[in-house]
Amino acid sequence: MSVSEIKRVNVKNMPDEEYFYGHKACPGCGASLAVRLALKVIGEKSYSVLPAGCMAAVGFIYPQMAFRTNAMISTFPGTASLLSGIAVGAKALGIEDFYAVGFAGDGGTADIGIQALSGSIDRNDRIIYICYDNEAYMNTGIQKSGLTPFGTRTTTTPAGRNLPGAITHKKNLFEIIAAHGIEYAAVASIGYPVDFMNKVNRAKHCRGTSFIHVYASCPTGWGIPENTSIAIAKEAVDCGLWILAEYEKGEFTITRKPKTFSPVADYLNKQGRFRHLEDEQVEEITKHRDETWDRVLKTWKLKST
Amino acid sequence: MVAEKLFISGNDAVAMGARLARPQVISAYPITPQTIVVERLSEMVEDGSLKAEFMHVESEHSAISAAMGASAIGARAFTATSSQGLLYMAEGLYYAAGGRFPIVMMNANRSLALPWSIYGDQSDSLSQLNSGWIQVYVEDAQEVLDMVIQAYRIAENPAVLTPFMVNLDGFILTHTYEPVSIPDQAKVDEFLPPFSTPNKMSFEKPMSMGMVTTPMDNLEYKFQQNKAILDSVPVIEEVDAEYAKMFGRKYGGLVEQYRCDEAEVLLVTLGSVTGTARVVVDQMRNEGKPVGLLKVRYMRPFPTELVATVCSKARRVGIVDKDISFGYEGTLFTNVNSALTTLENPPRTFNFICGMGGRDVSKENIREMFSRILEDSSSKLPDRVQFVGMKVSTDERK
Amino acid sequence: MTKRPGISDWNRPKHIDDYFVGPRFSAGHLAAGNAGWRTFRPLVDLEKCRGCYRCYLVCPDGVISKKDGKIEIDLDFCKGCGLCAYECSFEAIEMIKEAEA
Repeated sequence: MSVSEIKRVNVKNMPDEEYFYGHKACPGCGASLAVRLALKVIGEKSYSVLPAGCMAAVGFIYPQMAFRTNAMISTFPGTASLLSGIAVGAKALGIEDFYAVGFAGDGGTADIGIQALSGSIDRNDRIIYICYDNEAYMNTGIQKSGLTPFGTRTTTTPAGRNLPGAITHKKNLFEIIAAHGIEYAAVASIGYPVDFMNKVNRAKHCRGTSFIHVYASCPTGWGIPENTSIAIAKEAVDCGLWILAEYEKGEFTITRKPKTFSPVADYLNKQGRFRHLEDEQVEEITKHRDETWDRVLKTWKLKST
Repeated sequence: MVAEKLFISGNDAVAMGARLARPQVISAYPITPQTIVVERLSEMVEDGSLKAEFMHVESEHSAISAAMGASAIGARAFTATSSQGLLYMAEGLYYAAGGRFPIVMMNANRSLALPWSIYGDQSDSLSQLNSGWIQVYVEDAQEVLDMVIQAYRIAENPAVLTPFMVNLDGFILTHTYEPVSIPDQAKVDEFLPPFSTPNKMSFEKPMSMGMVTTPMDNLEYKFQQNKAILDSVPVIEEVDAEYAKMFGRKYGGLVEQYRCDEAEVLLVTLGSVTGTARVVVDQMRNEGKPVGLLKVRYMRPFPTELVATVCSKARRVGIVDKDISFGYEGTLFTNVNSALTTLENPPRTFNFICGMGGRDVSKENIREMFSRILEDSSSKLPDRVQFVGMKVSTDERK
Repeated sequence: MTKRPGISDWNRPKHIDDYFVGPRFSAGHLAAGNAGWRTFRPLVDLEKCRGCYRCYLVCPDGVISKKDGKIEIDLDFCKGCGLCAYECSFEAIEMIKEAEA
């Protein structure tokens, strides 16, 4: 089926069934929303894999099983490899109508899980890998990961007199995955939930590996009010720090380009993890945003609406 | 009963045994001295003689993880590794065992770095005895082919559902050639039915697998896991007997006794060194020396009762270890000693650490071990734990 | 309208064989609700509700369901995070103190 033939998902036609229910995630958890919406799109004929991390910890504590469809916890580095084993095992058993989907955090994907993910993409196993990015190792208590942005206060990058929190920028996970020549990769945000669901729906139709990087707000780890998870996820996109995009057949497409960026400072000030930042650090973050946009606007397409 | 006899290496035999067992997913990463196994298996997939999905995993950790994925939806999985690779997948070993996935894995016993060595010893698998895998140690290429097939039958038994490691001495067995009888596929199919397990995900019965337990339930799961390996003992013995009936080769179950009757002094061995020791036992018996040999086949489940019973009739027992727990003693020694505490009057035991990093264990070395513990004068008895086959002096330099 | 997942009638295992073989359990088995987490609970004004389903879309716990063109909230599992009230463009949901409810 070509991309243009895929029926769009919206609030009216999305399935009513809940496949992730009764979990013990923090109130307002962005990651749990990402899992909930993705599973609605993927449906019952699925096998989900989750590594050690928030979503596994809140979904599988005996006797409370929040996943209503097949799901399994993998080792921390092994999300993609367990997923590949399932997809290949299903093939060996002659099961054709199924989806194998993984939900791993930023740490479990970009750091400890990147080797296995790289291998799965190399083999082009038919799996959907969704990285829910809350920008730190949250399940273990908010430690810095490879996707923690510059200037973030975490428990292993404390902000004090000498250091402004994390001193490195996020790894460019989306482009690292795209560089594998993957069939489909996308960047999404729970601040644009319908866009996210449609990207998951697109991934469903892949013959090989697909990858979605979704911004997943974490009230507990970021120091934001729990009822603002969606708003902050939208603001991250609107201020230009989170670029909604897709990669397919060697081409990058920006799927949402804000006409003007909302102020980076506003976005940062709303979050306890950034409130310590000085003007010059806010400037560095803004400059980094601008450099990134300059670069992508030169080579990435813009999505025609 | 026998389809053909081929002159093949230990690694070839592993691949042939695996093919006969009809695995559905193979996920293995190359490492010396196992590489021939994965090469042969990929050739077999290519030429169509093995209908399996062959996954080119990018590490041993992913190899065991992918095998678990396949097993978790009900497919029969096979993998193979050695030393560094075995340790790289160590967390996966415990995971697969706790998860009750009956994966069969061949391990080419090889020395663990540092120092680097590609040659054989048994430190790798012996370091993972606690992981919850059934572990068998074979003496030759024929035994490894037969054991790969038996492994699935034992592992997949509903009372067992435990992963199974088949250990083969690196280079000594993996790369040497011997005539091996290849069983007929139809007979193997009769012996080994297709894989079926309740421990899997399906659309008929959606499952949450690999769940978390609080302190309220974890001890019970460990009990269950422990019981499963203990319950494998009668299965192992039944399978050994049935295999003998169908294919004509019997290995004796958990242990094999060689001329232990009326033996005052015994040597306990694991793996290929057994073959060398048999020859020496015959020679020494011809000289009238009352010696015997106990071959331990399974390290887990450990044959506590059998070891105690056989050793109870001996005065002294030497245990040959191709590994060491540094600052302590060899692992086989520790396990045998524990079994002997069940006896009122246990024999004295001595540990011979040898053969590490591929150091040859010759007939002369074995004879030396026997001779030392045959000695009557206690001043001439060896130290409780001793290295054998050293090429340099270890006396203190004045 | 889909039936909401409910709390199962579950008893602790008494014998080792009461446990499944392997650390697994039936998907979707819920032994407890999340109502006890709440400090605030959502109060829906159905007159103001337009049935846009934004709250249904963004609820991380999926406790909001569509009913007769409007919405309904499963208070057994609502944690009181308030996202529904915050995101509603029509002020149809108000978060009230649990103690006063």
